[in-house]
Amino acid sequence: MDAVLAATAIGKRFPGVVALSDVDLTLRAGEVHALVGENGAGKSTLIKVLTGVYTPDDGTLDYLGRRVRFTRPMDAQAAGISTVYQEVNLVPLQSVASNVFLGREPRNRFGLLDFRAMNAQASQLLDSYGIRVDVTRPLRTLGMGVQQMVAVARAAATQARVVVLDEPTSSLEPREVDTLFAIIERLRADGVAVLYVSHRLDELYRICDRVTVLRDGRLVHSGAMADLPRLKLVAMMLGRDLEEVQREGATKFEGEHAAGQAPVLEASGLSAKHRLDGVDVTVRPGEIVGLGGLLGAGRSETVMAIAGALPLDSGEVSVGGKRLRTGSVAAAMRAGVVMLPEDRKADGILPDLSVRENIALAALPRLSAAGLVSRRRQDSIVDTFMKRLRIKAASPDQRVGELSGGNQQKVLLARLLCMQPKVLLLDEPTRGIDVGAKAEVQGLVDELAKDGLGVVLISSEFEEVVEGSDAIVVLREGKVVTRLEGDDVNEAALLAALAEDSRDD
Amino acid sequence: MTEVAAAPRATAGTRAWLRDNGVYAAIVVLAAYNLVFTENFATMANLSTQLVQVAPVLIVALGMALVIGTEGVDLSVGSVMAIAAAILPLYLGYGVLPAIVLALVAGGLCGALNGTLVAVVGIQPIVATLALLVGGRGLALVFADGQMTVIQNDTLLGLGTGELLGLPVIVWLAAALSALVWLLVKYTTFGRQLVAIGGNRSASSLAGLPVRRVLMTTYVISGVLAAVAGIVATARLTASDPSAIGNLYELSAITAVVVGGTPLSGGRVRILGTVAGAVLMQMITATLIKHNLPDSAAQMVQAAIIVLAVYLQRSRAGGGQ
Repeated sequence: MDAVLAATAIGKRFPGVVALSDVDLTLRAGEVHALVGENGAGKSTLIKVLTGVYTPDDGTLDYLGRRVRFTRPMDAQAAGISTVYQEVNLVPLQSVASNVFLGREPRNRFGLLDFRAMNAQASQLLDSYGIRVDVTRPLRTLGMGVQQMVAVARAAATQARVVVLDEPTSSLEPREVDTLFAIIERLRADGVAVLYVSHRLDELYRICDRVTVLRDGRLVHSGAMADLPRLKLVAMMLGRDLEEVQREGATKFEGEHAAGQAPVLEASGLSAKHRLDGVDVTVRPGEIVGLGGLLGAGRSETVMAIAGALPLDSGEVSVGGKRLRTGSVAAAMRAGVVMLPEDRKADGILPDLSVRENIALAALPRLSAAGLVSRRRQDSIVDTFMKRLRIKAASPDQRVGELSGGNQQKVLLARLLCMQPKVLLLDEPTRGIDVGAKAEVQGLVDELAKDGLGVVLISSEFEEVVEGSDAIVVLREGKVVTRLEGDDVNEAALLAALAEDSRDD
Repeated sequence: MTEVAAAPRATAGTRAWLRDNGVYAAIVVLAAYNLVFTENFATMANLSTQLVQVAPVLIVALGMALVIGTEGVDLSVGSVMAIAAAILPLYLGYGVLPAIVLALVAGGLCGALNGTLVAVVGIQPIVATLALLVGGRGLALVFADGQMTVIQNDTLLGLGTGELLGLPVIVWLAAALSALVWLLVKYTTFGRQLVAIGGNRSASSLAGLPVRRVLMTTYVISGVLAAVAGIVATARLTASDPSAIGNLYELSAITAVVVGGTPLSGGRVRILGTVAGAVLMQMITATLIKHNLPDSAAQMVQAAIIVLAVYLQRSRAGGGQ
């Protein structure tokens, strides 16, 4: 078999993190190769190594039989490795035709741009792929799906030998996916090697010939797509041993159910274009409901929607039987719904402000009289939660940016608990914090649930969801697949639900 | 990751100190220099003059500090001063108080317009307020019919020349406003929310803070303070001159704020630093003029200081990671 691009024993380190270690990947002419893995698996880093964005610390790249070393994205592009990113990286204000020919525009005999030739050629090219658009229109006036396909067509037209598609279908309609797959078939027939990154298992099995699975920066598996059962694939992505999981499947899980109680949170029919499609979540007081799903399944979107941070096209959220206005964080907070955001640095902490100010942030109006913050009340609530959550800081005046990740997370939890919530939405509460802090946070969540809070838990750690949850709502592509309850809350059942073929429905 | 930052701690510490206290140190050094080398520096008359000159810039800078604290900027303040100045003579016939109140309301409306563009429409502050920088002065000239109007109202003129306990009324006013804004930032819900929003907009809105309302209020305060400065400048000038009043004040105000240690990236408001920044810039100008150096020399020194201040701020962003 002729390898177009072979990466051997690739290693890449960043300060404090090993992003890739001893990873091999071989792309053959005329194959569609799936690259899969969960968060932090190293997919993006590997793509960046292949496309010259990063230079690897270890390992070698062989392209068309020759040893290569790309130091800039331009090098890889010039050699014939084309990348289409999740967000289209074209020039939105220029015409479709200019985008197709960006950087290699046809010129007339005076050396000026030959717009007529450019438009004609672009039109012909896109037509041949079944994309019918007016090529003189600015790119941004087209839908995301069409833009994506223009980007793929552009890649195909540059005589690329390797085309990397990063989550190409995340913003496409089903019909557009069909068109895209037709383009990919064409690329395959032309002998192009396509590296296809996606979390949608159905698509992978539909279009891909071979698959490479990464986990935690290491190569887990590489082989023919058809030889790999779905369940096994999901188990590998999540780092579970399938045999072991199936043996343990019979283990009873101690589910503490608050059966019979009226739900504290009822969210139904949550829908937002391309992100959520009629999601229902019900949580009773004292219950921890986990959200299961692979990357991109809509877990974060679900909690954001409930917390009022994601505008919805339709859907209802009720707390304690009272319906609340969706799309408003303040309204959700008043009703007692608070969310711990996934990205602690970007959406959570105010690094330059003190622990005190970070904790009191949301509760300020409650701690104020006539617009003046009551220092006494603020100090007392801050003191209470710093003790209760065992936040390790030199003093309440210390900058939050100086604390460890675990303590920052506790500060954010304290901020939420100041609001005396009824429902706690936790998006990756233990990501990026050390083992000790992790156990503390998990214990705290348990404790809060025992006190009668309703908890929704998202975690990319399989065990955390399975062991921590009383019930698991499994999501795929923005839809609820199933809700596991009681004895069904176990690894085997969750794996099976994640691997389920949606075309069987 | 945390250990990596340990090595450059020492220089980062020096920089941090300079950033936070450099402006006060510079004032002390410059004052010492003047005490020794400049004639008639330490006279009450000179101090008085200098403080009166700095007062309008300082009043504008107070509002600017708040806006910059939200990671914004208000370029329209000079033009808002002109609008307030143009409105005064139109209504002086009804009495000083109604005229002043109307001028302040006009300033507030200008701020509300900026606030709407920034917080509701979502235009970048620099562009949103640029519109009023250009259009506002035109509007002021329309109000004034393109004319300079001599003020003959004694009460209003008294504001410009009057003294209280040995210091000009204007200086007292600027001091009082500084104290008020300082309290606002430090002790009110609004002030704390403003700083939080400037520090991390996304986190603040996820924490349920009223982001739009706070931004709107901030720009309104900036507009009203600019109007106050416009009134003060008119009283001192004894004339309403909408083509000249407030010219380039936006830049002087931004300078005072930045030199005073408030980062342009928001999330921090230093009111005392802003006062010191305004005073320092005035001292530099005065010192160089006293030593017979042209105004252009003062401008170049000021430029150097701005670059230094921004450089020190930058190191903060880098060191915070």
